[in-house]
Amino acid sequence: MGLLTTSRMKSPWLLHYDCGGCNGCDIEVVACLTPLYDLERFGIVNMGNPKHADILLVTGTVNYRNKRVLRNLYDQMPEPRLVVAIGACALTGGVFHNAPNTICGVDKIIPVDVYIPGCPPKPEAIIDGVIIALEKLNHGK
Amino acid sequence: MSTSWAIISAIIAVIATPLIGGLLRGVDRKVTAHLQGRIGPPIIQPFYDFIKLLGKKRMVANRFQMACAWGYLILIITAVVFWAIRQDLLVLLFILGFAGVCLVLGALSVKSPYSQIGGHRELLQLLAYEPILLLAAIPIALKTGGFLIADIFNYGQPLLPDLWITFLALLIALTIVMRKSPLDISSSEHAHQEIVRGVLSEYSGPYLALIELGHWYETVLLLAILGLFWIVGGLWWLAIVIPLVCWFAELIVDNIFARLTWSWMLKFSWGIGVTLIALNIFFVNLGWM
Repeated sequence: MGLLTTSRMKSPWLLHYDCGGCNGCDIEVVACLTPLYDLERFGIVNMGNPKHADILLVTGTVNYRNKRVLRNLYDQMPEPRLVVAIGACALTGGVFHNAPNTICGVDKIIPVDVYIPGCPPKPEAIIDGVIIALEKLNHGK
Repeated sequence: MSTSWAIISAIIAVIATPLIGGLLRGVDRKVTAHLQGRIGPPIIQPFYDFIKLLGKKRMVANRFQMACAWGYLILIITAVVFWAIRQDLLVLLFILGFAGVCLVLGALSVKSPYSQIGGHRELLQLLAYEPILLLAAIPIALKTGGFLIADIFNYGQPLLPDLWITFLALLIALTIVMRKSPLDISSSEHAHQEIVRGVLSEYSGPYLALIELGHWYETVLLLAILGLFWIVGGLWWLAIVIPLVCWFAELIVDNIFARLTWSWMLKFSWGIGVTLIALNIFFVNLGWM
C-alpha cells in the first residue's frame, strides 16, 4: 500500500446530505461525531463543503425536487470520491417506496459504493460502512 | 553572516518549518480533542490530510485562483527565508501582508457567496493584525538600533523585559494568524459552520494542500518572531519555550471562546493591540524601559 493510498484511507472527509426523511439517520450520523464514537480518531472529519469532501453520506428519500441538488453536490467533489447510502429510505425509498414523488434509491441518481441498511442504522453500522468504503480505495472499485 | 551559512540556514528553514508546523497542527488537534473528552486523531494526521489533498483531482474555478494559491505559499516561504537569513523585519512583515492579499484575491475571484464573505472577512483580518505587526517593529528598532533581524541577534540581551507590552500585543495578532477562536472569522475552524470554510471554501484538492502548507509556515514564522524576544542572552532555550507556551495558551483560548464578530475584532486589535504598542514606544522613548 503506497503512501498516497494510506493517506487517503486515513483522512476521509465526509459530506453529509439529507435528501429528506424523518431525520433518524441524520441523528445517527451526527452521533458518530460525538465524543462517544469520536470519528476523528480515524482522521474522519465532517465537512460542509463538497469541494473538500471525499465521502458523500446520503440519507433520506431522493425525490424529483432534490435529485438535482444531490447530483450537483456529487459533481463538485474532486475524485477519488465515494458515496455511502445510509438507511432504508436512501437505499430503496423505505416507507415511501413507490410513492409518486420519490425516486426509489440514491443509486438511480449517482453511483453508490456502500449500502448501509437499517431504519435507522446504528452509529457502529455507519462507521463500519465508511471503513468498508475506504477499503474500496485500497483494492480499487 | 557569511553567504554559505546564509544559504544553509535558508535551506534548513524551508525544509524544517513545515515539518514543525504540521506537527504543531497535529498536537493542536489532539489537545483540542482531549479538552473535549475525545481521543482525537494521531499527531501526524495533518500530513495524511496534506498528502491526500495533493493526490486529489485538480478542480479550480479559474486559473487566477490557482496562481493565488501558489502566490500565497511562495510569498510566505520568502518571508521564512528572510527570517532565516536575518534580513529586514519590516520587509518580512510586508511580504506576509502580500501573502494574505493573495489569499483574498483568490477567494474574491469566485462568485460563491461563502468565498466572497470569507474574502471580505480576511481583508478585515489583515486590517486588524497588520498594524500590530508593523508597529511592533518600531519599539524593537528603537531598542536595537535597526530593523534588521541581525540587529536583534547583535543586541546582546533579551528584548522581552523591556518590550513585554509589545509582546502582549503580538499575541492578539497570533490568534488571528493561527485562525483560532475568538478571531477565526474569515475561515471558520470547522467546515460545517455558517460560512463553511469562508476564504478557503473554493480551494480544493492540491490547491487546498498548498494553502495548508502555507499556513504551517505562517504559524511557525509568527512563533519565530515571538522567539526573537529572547533569542540572545542567557537561557537560549527560553526562545523556544516562550513561543510554545503562547501557542498552547492559544489552544486553551480557542477551546473556551466562541467566534466574535468582525467589528469586535477591529475594536480589540486596534483599541488594545495598537494602544499597547504605542504605550511601549512612549515608554522606550522616555527611557523608562
